[in-house]
Amino acid sequence: MRIQEHPILGTYDKGPLVEFTLDGKTMTGYEGEPIAAALRAQGILQHRHTRKTGEARGVFCAIGRCTDCVMVVDGVPNIRTCITPLRAGMKVQTQYGVGPKEDA
Amino acid sequence: MKRYELIVIGAGPAGLSAAIEGAKAGMHVIVFDENARPGGQLFKQIHKFFGSKEHKAKIRGFRIGQMLLKEAEEVGVTVCLNATVLGIFPEKRVTVRYADHIEQYSGDNIIVATGAAENMILFDGWTKPGVIGAGAAQTMMNLHGVQPGQKILMVGSGNVGLVVSYQLLQAGCEVVALIDAAPRVGGYGVHAAKVARYGVPFYLRHTIVRAEGKDQVEGAVIAEVDSKFQPIPGTEKHLDIDTICLAVGLSPMSQVLRMSGCEIEDTPGGLVPKTSEYGETTIPGLFAAGDVAGIEEASSAMIGGRIAGLAAAHRAGYLPEDSFKQQAQAARDSLSQLRQGMFAKENRGRTDLTETEEGYALSKNLLAKGYVEEEELKAFPAANASVHGVHPVIECTQNIPCNPCQDACKFGCILVGRQITNIPVVDRDRKCTGCGMCVASCSGQAIFLVNDDFEEGRSTVTLAYEFLPYPEKGQTGTAMDRSGKPVCEAEVISLRKSPATDGTALLTIAVPKEFSMKARAFRPNGGDK
Repeated sequence: MRIQEHPILGTYDKGPLVEFTLDGKTMTGYEGEPIAAALRAQGILQHRHTRKTGEARGVFCAIGRCTDCVMVVDGVPNIRTCITPLRAGMKVQTQYGVGPKEDA
Repeated sequence: MKRYELIVIGAGPAGLSAAIEGAKAGMHVIVFDENARPGGQLFKQIHKFFGSKEHKAKIRGFRIGQMLLKEAEEVGVTVCLNATVLGIFPEKRVTVRYADHIEQYSGDNIIVATGAAENMILFDGWTKPGVIGAGAAQTMMNLHGVQPGQKILMVGSGNVGLVVSYQLLQAGCEVVALIDAAPRVGGYGVHAAKVARYGVPFYLRHTIVRAEGKDQVEGAVIAEVDSKFQPIPGTEKHLDIDTICLAVGLSPMSQVLRMSGCEIEDTPGGLVPKTSEYGETTIPGLFAAGDVAGIEEASSAMIGGRIAGLAAAHRAGYLPEDSFKQQAQAARDSLSQLRQGMFAKENRGRTDLTETEEGYALSKNLLAKGYVEEEELKAFPAANASVHGVHPVIECTQNIPCNPCQDACKFGCILVGRQITNIPVVDRDRKCTGCGMCVASCSGQAIFLVNDDFEEGRSTVTLAYEFLPYPEKGQTGTAMDRSGKPVCEAEVISLRKSPATDGTALLTIAVPKEFSMKARAFRPNGGDK
């Protein structure tokens, strides 16, 4: 959930509200915020499933170090969604192993 | 290959401070940082810092970040972002990766200020979505305005765990429990007290056994541990949570130093370079500053950075010996002020401390449950006063490096003294005007104003309040004691905000007289908080 107003920080500087897709489903987020932030604000925690056992993974460090939050973005796998800014029209896909579902 | 007199790796508090000193002395400086924004972790720190005025005490971390960036710009420091340093090679060559290419630089001097990475602990389900680092929680809520979750389990009672727990409350999340395998709260007691009085239960000697949930966290099981930190069968307890936050320490991010060939020491705090008193490693001209040289906190990282910057400037011939020695000594004195007291390196992990340096009995309850019992506070003169009219009650019970309360009182009511780890003393002969500046300036929110002469049967308590929505005058609510337990009804008498208190509102509530030394937190009726 988004924090509408914060006692110390007030309101957050955000870009325009834009649409993007997650596994084909239209979602919204603020342009320029990390893809992971837009997903979490809408309750999405599962970013990928591991190759061998299919276990779910999501954001862990949120600063681009651990790579647990990688997804397929505009067809490119292994994109660290916690540090990749959201753009209008982005095609975000849950990653299975090292690619989107159809390749798994 | 471009050559610089000073290359700084990392644009956090230490790196920026180092670059500023180098540039001020006249050096041609460049700073590389792998992130899209400078400032390191400073912009996530929304709490007020400790120390004294020269350490930028009572200023919130993100504002210190803004100040550093402004200073860096003024002295002509170039910060190169999205620039990942891949390695330091012989002859002090630095390889930097940009989005689409790689470049080599050579540095006459290099200051490595790469900071630290969060530790993690392994438990069943630790890889599930919903298990995050405490730093990740700060990033989500303080930078991006997104709640990390609704119901949080915080693992770790060091300052990070305590501060982030409080910030989670400010972000509107519920902190269901704060656990630590250690028998004692690791961080400052004042940070613990801030979350305890809003009802966060502390479970010391507890560890997390597993994260529940199929594909993401839907609960957690914690258990008490024995003296060898092993879970005791039969003590398991289920917690209804959706997010697990790990605040289990930091490790120096010393990879580039390790590959540079400088001598590395394996310490309990991680792999750190062997350095001189100025942060110079065993490779001449290669320095380390901030957390990468040994985990501390941002205030000392900034000073460490300044010292390394001065040393690099001296080495390059920009600072004459006497001027360098003088400035470095002043910085070292400032650093040593921060390194005194109960939390100083030599006192860390000590279990035999029973008294403060002043001889007051330390609170046992604070270490076990996160708050000082009213009875224990009687040992502290500044927390007790049978005086007429409004007066400060200072519930500061540990020797920590902090003294903004002394500067805050224009009437000289509060005295800390030269050693900033002293526990403040209240001069009862001076007249308190009830301005509340001490309340707002206390980074630990340990100062309250109490007025037992408010009216027949009722007293007022003024406390620092940093939650939304702000209650309004006349509104009623519940006052809680130090443990977070509701103790009585309270009425809002006033809520004062001013730019000088930087987001800390001064909330004055009226409570029945017998609760003036119990009521230490407020929750308005009808609100979430």
